[in-house]
Amino acid sequence: MVAASLRLGRLTRPTLSRHLLLALVAAVVLLAISAQIGAYDDYNLTAVAIFAVAAAGLTLLTGLNGQLSLGHGALMAVGAYTASLLLKDHQFPVVVVLVLAVVTTGIIGVVFGYAAARLRGPYLAGATLALAVGLPQLATRYKSVFGGDAGLTIPPTAPPAWLGADFPPERWLAWIALAAAVVTMVLLANLLHSSIGRTFIAVRDHEAAAALAGIDVARTQVLAFVISASCAGLAGALFGYWSGITAPAGFGLGLSLQLITAIVIGGLGSLAGAVWGSIVLVFVPALTSGMASSLNIPSSVANNLPLAIYGAILVIAMLVAPHGIQGALKRLLALARARWGHSSASGKKGVMDWDDPAPDP
Amino acid sequence: MKSPLRAIAIVCCTVLLAACGTSTADNSGTNTASAPGITASTITIGSTQPLTGPAAPGYSEIAPASNAYFTYLNEHGGVFGRNIVYQYLDDGYNPTITASQTRKLILETKVFAMFSALGTPTHLAVIDYINSEKVPDVFVSSGCNCWNDVSKYPNTFGFQPDYTIEGKILGQYIKQNLSGKKVGYFYQNDEFGLDGVKGLDDQLGASSVPSAARQYYSPGPTTVAAQISALQASGAQVVASFTIPAYTALALLTAAKLGYHPTWVVSNVGSDITTLTGLLKTFSKGAVGGQLLGGMVTDTYLPLVGDTSNPWITLFKRIHDTIRPDLPWDGNVLYGEVQAYTLVQALKAAGRNPTRASFVKSLESSKLTGGPGLVPFGFASDNHLGYLGVQVATIGADGTETTTGPVYTSSDSGPITQYSGSASTPPTSGIP
Repeated sequence: MVAASLRLGRLTRPTLSRHLLLALVAAVVLLAISAQIGAYDDYNLTAVAIFAVAAAGLTLLTGLNGQLSLGHGALMAVGAYTASLLLKDHQFPVVVVLVLAVVTTGIIGVVFGYAAARLRGPYLAGATLALAVGLPQLATRYKSVFGGDAGLTIPPTAPPAWLGADFPPERWLAWIALAAAVVTMVLLANLLHSSIGRTFIAVRDHEAAAALAGIDVARTQVLAFVISASCAGLAGALFGYWSGITAPAGFGLGLSLQLITAIVIGGLGSLAGAVWGSIVLVFVPALTSGMASSLNIPSSVANNLPLAIYGAILVIAMLVAPHGIQGALKRLLALARARWGHSSASGKKGVMDWDDPAPDP
Repeated sequence: MKSPLRAIAIVCCTVLLAACGTSTADNSGTNTASAPGITASTITIGSTQPLTGPAAPGYSEIAPASNAYFTYLNEHGGVFGRNIVYQYLDDGYNPTITASQTRKLILETKVFAMFSALGTPTHLAVIDYINSEKVPDVFVSSGCNCWNDVSKYPNTFGFQPDYTIEGKILGQYIKQNLSGKKVGYFYQNDEFGLDGVKGLDDQLGASSVPSAARQYYSPGPTTVAAQISALQASGAQVVASFTIPAYTALALLTAAKLGYHPTWVVSNVGSDITTLTGLLKTFSKGAVGGQLLGGMVTDTYLPLVGDTSNPWITLFKRIHDTIRPDLPWDGNVLYGEVQAYTLVQALKAAGRNPTRASFVKSLESSKLTGGPGLVPFGFASDNHLGYLGVQVATIGADGTETTTGPVYTSSDSGPITQYSGSASTPPTSGIP
């Protein structure tokens, strides 16, 4: 009976239409929010959308395919420099710039993905670390093309005339970034529910078993790397528009580590977790710098306090919610279900797996 | 019957409007919220500063020093009864962080103007944005000539002499006083260093310094051994250096280790004695300190920070000693206080209730004379350059700085001319 109703549900709600419906709802809600808030909040919302795109790509690679990348900051740099170089002497529509940034970063992803597919564990981390440290240095080395330490600027994007003269450019950019984020999420969610998504997870869980089941392990890993890199490229191009400057200092190792922080805090392997992590990444530092400046302490301490508080919050978060925010939410949901007698995921009333709420793809 | 009434009403309105118009133009009347960031009782200004990161040594004192002067001002009645509220945020000398902090100041804090934002690569990242928002962007803490581009950046104003002018006057000194010696360059590989080299080349001749004697660095790495050995190998007896303090100290220390003792000619921004002495002690773990600075040639456009007989120095040191005695008394603190003093001059010149546009316009027409500078400002409707020149100074073996020769002014392309204006004295209140 339960199985039958489940099958019926599956039939009436195919994955694609369900995701499209969710995306539509999300788009309407986000549009409504961005129209209500001030220009600076729109600017921060844009940052959340950008980090969500990059983190979603990274969580696919690390959480679902088991490849750790410390080099996604550098891949964002590829996207950002592509956008900056395109816009240096010419004017291209935003869509064209974004697509070209995705393609360029995807190509870099193919090259690096082939190397990465041969490496495991700490060796893969080391190779991607080299990417994070080395790639931005190219900008300093080839100063005439990439502008050296000062970088390349991207002029502010003007909103189209039909939105009116008073329309804040920050809101227009927020719309672009949110649209990019929603499209990315829909595409990734569909991919993860397809046979490709299942091969990703199979390779992560047991490479030999996956190979015996007829999955080409290396090809799967390269594919995951390319998709992930393309997301980073898209995020990088948006980042260029957002900050108006593409400089090596903006794409250091710190950025790569921030992205990893986002997917771990949000919940590894979950697209929703990538969004939660991005929200933390954007708003917690703002909160901590406000806290530091409101205290009356010596400047040498106050200047470094935001980072210390941020670190402490991350440590506490990992102790309290080891499966990230999405994991904690699932736990609460499971707890509520167990309490009020709805059937839990395991189908046993009142029983739940406390330590491992099933990771949702 | 209605038309005379209407006429009277129109006349009354016109008179009222005219009255409103005149009250903003002169200094009488009451304070109004005349622009974003200005209320009846406050003026809020913003800045991005390297409070942490590679440029923090020395430069992190500038904004607290400016704020000390504003505190002094606010205790003594403010500007037209308004207190100055100074919000300076840390960007770690990272252009990407400068971009987000500047938007925070303009969009969230809603500052009236950007003031003293520090750094060439950092400020280049936001200059387009600040001007597109039509926010006044005054006294950028950098000598790049990029700030003086009136048609492209009508709201941006420089402060110190640009590095090309500085390079020219230092180059002239080398030509006149160190003639016959082989010259080498050591510089930061961006607009800062390259502009300085342009000025040096203008005086010394580009061909007189071979490429082996032109060594550069990018901020980040903590060694300059390769560059300094190359300078030593080139036989340079004079090294002209356009470097931030941390790299001046590294270069001096590396040269001392190599037994290389050229005459150092260092740009003003990289030559503060207190900052360098501290850095040399830290880098050498206490082995050496200020003794490496003896014989250095540099330049100044403000009274020397160690000249306690100068009334300007007395004033600014007194404010430092009462409000921020925890900061070292050095050139960075003096710089921050002078910038603050100059901003107050500019705000007073703009009248009681300025708008962003009227403030910019007033800065272009008022000459801001009577301040502590040794040379006048270049501000005009077609020129947003700050101080127009410098006086050369030397550091003795005992670590004291003395000025030498006349004060010179110049421009990027014009000749070097001697400046004969006399120094002014501060008002007794210490407030312009």
